[in-house]
Amino acid sequence: MPSPIPPLRISAYTATTAVGAGKTALADALQSARSGLRANDFGASPLPTYIGRVDGLEQLRLPDHLANWDCRNNRLAWLGLQADGFLEAAAAARERYGAGRVALILGTSTSAIGETEEAYTQVDADGRFQPAQRRPLVHTPHSLGMFVQAALGLTGPCETISTACSSSAKAFASAERLIRLGLADAAVVGGVDTLCGSVLFGFNSLELVSPAPCRPFDAQRNGISLGEAAGYALLERAGSASHDPLLLGYGEASDAHHMSTPHPQGLGAERALDDALARAGLAADAIDYINMHGTASTKNDEVEAGLVARRFPARTHASSTKGFTGHTLGAAGIVEAVISLLALETGWMPGTINSSTLDAECGPQVRLQGARGEVRRVLSNSFGFGGNNCALIFGQGAAA
Amino acid sequence: MSNDTPTLYIEGPAFWAPTLPGWDIARAAFRGEGAPVDPPARRPAPQVLAPAERRRAPDSVAIALEVSGAAVAAAGRQAADLPCIFASAHGDLAINDYMCATLASEPTLLSPTKFHNSVHNAAVGYWTIGTGCMASSNSVSAFEGTFAAGLLEAASQCACDGQAVLLTGFDVQAVGPLASAVHSEGMLAAAMVIAPERSERSVAAFDWSLAEGPAQPAAPQSPAARALAGNSLADALPLFEALARGTEAQLAMPLSAHLALRLALRPLA
Repeated sequence: MPSPIPPLRISAYTATTAVGAGKTALADALQSARSGLRANDFGASPLPTYIGRVDGLEQLRLPDHLANWDCRNNRLAWLGLQADGFLEAAAAARERYGAGRVALILGTSTSAIGETEEAYTQVDADGRFQPAQRRPLVHTPHSLGMFVQAALGLTGPCETISTACSSSAKAFASAERLIRLGLADAAVVGGVDTLCGSVLFGFNSLELVSPAPCRPFDAQRNGISLGEAAGYALLERAGSASHDPLLLGYGEASDAHHMSTPHPQGLGAERALDDALARAGLAADAIDYINMHGTASTKNDEVEAGLVARRFPARTHASSTKGFTGHTLGAAGIVEAVISLLALETGWMPGTINSSTLDAECGPQVRLQGARGEVRRVLSNSFGFGGNNCALIFGQGAAA
Repeated sequence: MSNDTPTLYIEGPAFWAPTLPGWDIARAAFRGEGAPVDPPARRPAPQVLAPAERRRAPDSVAIALEVSGAAVAAAGRQAADLPCIFASAHGDLAINDYMCATLASEPTLLSPTKFHNSVHNAAVGYWTIGTGCMASSNSVSAFEGTFAAGLLEAASQCACDGQAVLLTGFDVQAVGPLASAVHSEGMLAAAMVIAPERSERSVAAFDWSLAEGPAQPAAPQSPAARALAGNSLADALPLFEALARGTEAQLAMPLSAHLALRLALRPLA
């Protein structure tokens, strides 16, 4: 078992999803049970499904000095930075610590592949990209990390994590290690993923996409709704008491089972949970709210419901928020970390929308209706292809 | 710059390229004591995969699992116990080409197997499945500083958790229209186990820190390594050359245009 870690302060955080830009839009949607899903209108021949699409990306123009990075994913990354004063908070950290002392760890599953897909529809007679598309810094997974590093003027350690749907949750773990070792004084973490043909037609080929808005944990659920999102958090050493929420623990583990199907008993997910609790120095009954991975795929929800039912007391409020945002893949970790942080901040624990009849696998923890309560500690689960699991635990600041 | 990074230890260096298929061959060539193999080797068939998957696996998975298996064996450790950090600048470029070409023509014909193999963490996923490893696994990318970023991630994890980790880097050839924008030649994979304590398998100790400011990438020195410089994992070559020479070395591995991972490498007999 890992040892407890010194908590880190989360001095700024934000998310931009299909329900709108920034925390206010997200909190409002969560409290009013408003879904951001719409009938799929993405691409030339849309599949019959629902998507969580972010408005305005088609019209968005990057500033001139960043124009070479243009693609849908980097546009969403830029849009996300504008919300909740995050750009200013990152700039303040840069001034306070120095640009080289602020790490940047971002997660994405497909980064700019949508732009690569676009370039393939316009190849020249020699089978090459059009000259304007021959951009090595765009057509690569680290495009996201390099773009945001340029946008924020940071020069510290920077990497892009790509472990499918756990990517941006794992960014918290990597950043905590760099700060603990003194390799950075602060870190911007988060992730961005955008809708593209690869994921829409890819998940469709696996028969994992629902023709209707996704219904997490519903007995009749029939697949996921894909979405896109950007989200960020700024991590610093906790230091003296503050009202800022804290990163208390994280756990990372592998299923060792199958590339696209979870371990039948959820053993990898449980190991991630146990490691997160150990690093936080907490027992499971200390968790007030769980933001579940809850994709509405048959297998994920069955396994995750079983895990929550056997490990948590009945009073723990658990829900999936995929019905609000869609499954934002590599960005799901940061989006749901932000939702968990909002629960700490507002006391509102979201429900599970679109679903009407919970599967028999679900224990009393899984709730369809949102509820208000005292929320001191929260858990966020993120699980990805390749059997990649990450659990994050956040808590209220010492002075809260 | 204040930091608190402990000395760490390298076990089981492993290497695979068609011209240098294995660490013994690569080590001899980097020392000027041996020649690359001619004709070049065909892609490996890692024993970690089930026989059917050995043939079907993408090149990226085959070479990554080959060096991972060799590193863990040379370190005398159990793969199931080792957290693993895989690093690749681009993932499997041939699958990216397939995905984009299919989406541009007949998107509904996309192969589900190719799709799940297209995730950047496919190689580490197959590794954990094949070895029964339930420890943490990671898959990172940092363009031309990818191996250095993987090494920083691996060393950080090893130092923080006090536990040996597997680091594996790999990149493959860019093909199709994508090759007009992304430059990576041939196949190259390299791996090592990084441990918090010296063991009888340790081949080198290293101290490590970050150095701000522009870093010149160290050019590979031997003809055998220079011949691999077109691969996107080429930033691993100077470190493996230094391990092959077995002399003390100071390396600055660029993490970006603004930052380098500085290593002070000390061979252990």
